[in-house]
Amino acid sequence: MQFQQQPAQQADSLDLMVNMGPQHPSTHGVFRLVIWIDGERIVRAEPHIGYLHRGSEKLCEGEQYGQIITLFDRLDYVSNLNCELAFCLTVEKLMGLEVPDRASCIRVVLCELNRIASHMLFYGVFGLDAGAMTPILYGFRERERVQSLFERVTGARMMHNYIRVGGVKEDLPSDFAERLGELTALLRAGIDECDELLTNNELFLSRTKGVGAIGGSEGVDYGLSGPSLRAAGVAEDVRVSEPYSIYDRFDYGIPVGTYGDCFDRYYVRMEEMRQSLRIVDQAMEQMEPGPVSAKVRRIARPPKGEAYLRTESPRGDFGVYLVSDGSDKPYRVKVRAPSFANLQALQRLLRGAYVADAVVILGSIDIVLGEVDR
Amino acid sequence: MIGFLDSLLVTVRTALRRPVTAQYPDPSKRQPVAEGFMGFPALTWDEDVREPYCTGCMVCVRDCPTQCMSAVMDDNPKHAEGASRRRKIVREFEINLGRCILCGICVDVCNFDAIEMSHEHELSKYERNGNRVDLTRLLEMGRAYQRETGWGPSQPKKNSGVPVEKPAGEREKSAGGAAGR
Repeated sequence: MQFQQQPAQQADSLDLMVNMGPQHPSTHGVFRLVIWIDGERIVRAEPHIGYLHRGSEKLCEGEQYGQIITLFDRLDYVSNLNCELAFCLTVEKLMGLEVPDRASCIRVVLCELNRIASHMLFYGVFGLDAGAMTPILYGFRERERVQSLFERVTGARMMHNYIRVGGVKEDLPSDFAERLGELTALLRAGIDECDELLTNNELFLSRTKGVGAIGGSEGVDYGLSGPSLRAAGVAEDVRVSEPYSIYDRFDYGIPVGTYGDCFDRYYVRMEEMRQSLRIVDQAMEQMEPGPVSAKVRRIARPPKGEAYLRTESPRGDFGVYLVSDGSDKPYRVKVRAPSFANLQALQRLLRGAYVADAVVILGSIDIVLGEVDR
Repeated sequence: MIGFLDSLLVTVRTALRRPVTAQYPDPSKRQPVAEGFMGFPALTWDEDVREPYCTGCMVCVRDCPTQCMSAVMDDNPKHAEGASRRRKIVREFEINLGRCILCGICVDVCNFDAIEMSHEHELSKYERNGNRVDLTRLLEMGRAYQRETGWGPSQPKKNSGVPVEKPAGEREKSAGGAAGR
């Protein structure tokens, strides 16, 4: 069978081709977007990815399970702990390991805080994309607070290598509960302040409302997941539909949008941060003293077999597929990256939009290039 | 219009409070690193017998995900004199800090409390190879860290180099080499 290049939907030759990226500041990384414009309207858009390709999946095949966690840190570098969690849970599933309760609670607390930190970055850069300079300062202030706590707990602000197969690296510092209390109070006020700053701003609303709308069923067809899909009115959250770790124990809401436009995608994330704080509080209440790691050998050797596990990362459905041949290194690791899947809807979202909205639409699906290119 | 004024109000309120950020190299405004902060790995110094804890066993070298370090093991002359329990000692140790990803795996796998994540974290150097640090520099970093935090080995009984007087007849169990594992 011959592969034929799809005939480009070349409109007439008067269309202007514009390159956005790979060094464009608002492409959120090294990402190239080629758009064809007819006047102010986008006729066609073509994302080009791969500028940040590091071959993570292949590299995993040459590393021991414990070392792979450092590679997963660098997939979604905005929410490192969520990636670590996904990998460790998959290995534990393959090994049939039971994680101590305290370790699970610590994982949930930190992962939800990481979700807030990630959404705060989204909040900042999305404001920037929509033309508001201030939100990024507010967003980063909140993110900074979360990262300071992470530094205290995990030793690093971003690449933590803290969640390990069978548990976590070490127990929380003794003053953690106190500091977390301060942090959540600050975050609650901070989220409200951020909300106040941007959400009711007419300029922001007119830039985002009704822009880049996508319906629920179409979103599912495109493989959207996470906040981008929930904004379109589909209440799909892996934490609820396929609970992993101890997420079935908590009581929290799944914010759902109506129109699936940029504003809904933004506001769903703002609400999600509040729900994450609820989970953090409940997980802290349920935390009992005890061991923070199951008894595992230093070099994990899962039995022959394969496992797939989905988790809800801040960007959506983050899945890890793992094939083990019984040795200390996996035979194959495949990552289902939510940013990559969400990016597929970009062509559809951009078609017919104004060229000025391209950046807003790209920002609203919140991609992380480390995860797209892997 | 109301929403616009609302957000302006937030901005005005911000104008009245003190800045959150600080100019970076200003030493008086530096944020202290957290207690458990993981900076670059450094080698620890056993003050009791005046030698490094490291025996050059290479377990950290093997487990490093980025292969950023190398080590050479040597016989410990102090052991022959009976001044130290360590049979083996590190002769050369080099870490390329530019390659190190600060994951802390070397600290986890070390059996001798010999390597620790120090509080050193600034990467800018004047020379091209300034981030390749040798044993002397690593021990300096380690000693600075030990002074700063009052570090002690997690397994002092097993890993201290101070020779122990054993009752006659009992075989001396020495730290270092394979016996320490």
